[in-house]
Amino acid sequence: MSDSQRIRLLSSSLIVGFFLMWEVLCILLNVSDLVLPRPSEIIVTMWTRFPVLWPHILQTLYSTLTGFTLGVIIGVVLGVMVGTSKIAYAVAYPLLVGFSSIPKVAVVPIFVLWFGSGTTPAILTAMVICVFPIVVNIATGLATTEPELEDVFKTLGASKSEILWNVGLPRAMPYFFASLKVAITLSFVGAVLSETVASNMGIGNVMMTASSNFQVSLVFAGLIILALMGVSLYAAFSWLERRVTGWATRGNDIAVT
Amino acid sequence: MSGGMNMSASIPATPAKPAMPGPVHIRPALELQDASVVFGAGDKAVTALSPTSLKMKSGDFLALVGPSGCGKSTILKLVSNLLHPSSGLVLVGGKEAKAKELRIGMAFQNPTMLPWLTIEQNIMVPLKIVEPFKKTFRQDKKGAFRDRVHALLRQVGLQDFATHYPWQLSGGMLQRSNLCRALIHEPDLLLLDEPFGALDQFTREELWQIMQNLYLDRKPTVLLVTHDLREAGYLANRICVMSARPGRIISDEPVNIPQPRDIGMIYSPEFVEMTQGLRELIAQVRST
Ligand SMILES: Nc1ncnc2c1ncn2[C@@H]1O[C@H](COP(=O)(O)OP(=O)(O)OP(=O)(O)O)[C@@H](O)[C@H]1O
Ligand SMILES: [Mg+2]
Repeated sequence: MSDSQRIRLLSSSLIVGFFLMWEVLCILLNVSDLVLPRPSEIIVTMWTRFPVLWPHILQTLYSTLTGFTLGVIIGVVLGVMVGTSKIAYAVAYPLLVGFSSIPKVAVVPIFVLWFGSGTTPAILTAMVICVFPIVVNIATGLATTEPELEDVFKTLGASKSEILWNVGLPRAMPYFFASLKVAITLSFVGAVLSETVASNMGIGNVMMTASSNFQVSLVFAGLIILALMGVSLYAAFSWLERRVTGWATRGNDIAVT
Repeated sequence: MSGGMNMSASIPATPAKPAMPGPVHIRPALELQDASVVFGAGDKAVTALSPTSLKMKSGDFLALVGPSGCGKSTILKLVSNLLHPSSGLVLVGGKEAKAKELRIGMAFQNPTMLPWLTIEQNIMVPLKIVEPFKKTFRQDKKGAFRDRVHALLRQVGLQDFATHYPWQLSGGMLQRSNLCRALIHEPDLLLLDEPFGALDQFTREELWQIMQNLYLDRKPTVLLVTHDLREAGYLANRICVMSARPGRIISDEPVNIPQPRDIGMIYSPEFVEMTQGLRELIAQVRST
């Protein structure tokens, strides 16, 4: 068994063990369903309520991905603008860091104020919350490009845009994809948060409603669904990262014969 | 010591339609007029190159030798327009150095391969950027251009590494790829910065012969920086010696041995005598 297989086996048994512990402790300590339902109950709820939950899952996914896509577009454009000019980079960097450290949750009330509750604030929150990591990463990737690599193109008489396409952007790709992983997670958090506060759709809203009706196992079912969605989104983007920017990690496969 | 100067004195300041027959199209002549380079300003200013003048005829093969740090790489960067002179002028083809106007092939001192491209794709970069190859790059990159890259790789013994990534190659292999990239677009002006430095003697001598054939084939103007006096003597028509930092050119001598030269020649008494002379000269300038 290889190292990676062993690690995979261990982490799956850790996850299974966690839920088993939970189940067993609930039974042993006789914990009430209203406080902490057992995993088996949660799974049953998830199964029986699935037809009702499904549209909400799609809604959350829709808000997340739409906001994320908009955020990526804005982030890339801003990042390229900031990263290609040394002066712009130096001038804008403090502002960017400042912006990105504001708790973006605080924008939800503002969006609700402007656009009312519903899908729009969820999309906008998902967007705003993921823009900054992308801008900062693209700009850093571009600004730290080795001048020697650019020199190769300059001696050939390449134009600025050719240098950007052939050196700057590929060079910034590992940064970009690393930031996508972070960004998709943030977008997801943003969308769910906004749904929780101001929407009548989405998993966030389901959990909020269920909680006020004391449907505790439904609240937990929502939580598990969110966890699964979050993990899948993250996994999808780290897979993409590995596919696209394998050169940056250099597979060290040493053949053993 | 100044015996070689008569050669460059005959070059017209501007290569205005030279009367001489020969090359199919005009090769760029190259000229530095008291060009100097100073990095930084004030107390921290570093003079990388004292005012230097140098003229090269089209089709010249000039070797530049001198102690480390004397400004050889700086001269190449001036000619390729990566640096602008702090004073003086750099003329390429009679005009102020502008990379766009002619085909330059440059092999940098440190092989700078793009890490996200395979060796083959790296070597194709000039074809992607430089006309007339650029026009047909999309059609030809899987066909004619790839064959061309492979042919060149075969010459330098890297045919099996075309689809490897730069980090999978050794230092000497990278240097050979670096040379291929400088040659692939048949440049009119070749700037080579110690292109054979990291190679063993046999590979090096092999590449010298390849280099000589390529040169005699197309007669580009070549400016070669090297620390190897035998390399300079074997390949070049002219050898310039630079003084220690901040450098100037202190000797400029032609190499009057007809080309093509046989590689065995570098062990002949006359050749050894010539390199000995250069050696002593450099030893002198290093100590002053
Ligand atoms: N970017 C820079 N900033 C400041 N000083 C520099 C810079 N580049 C080069 N120099 C200085 O200019 C001088 C000449 O450098 P150059 O690279 O031309 O030397 P060289 O003759 O090519 O040496 P070597 O044979 O070791 O490659 C060196 O003394 C170096 O300290
Ligand atoms: Mg150098």
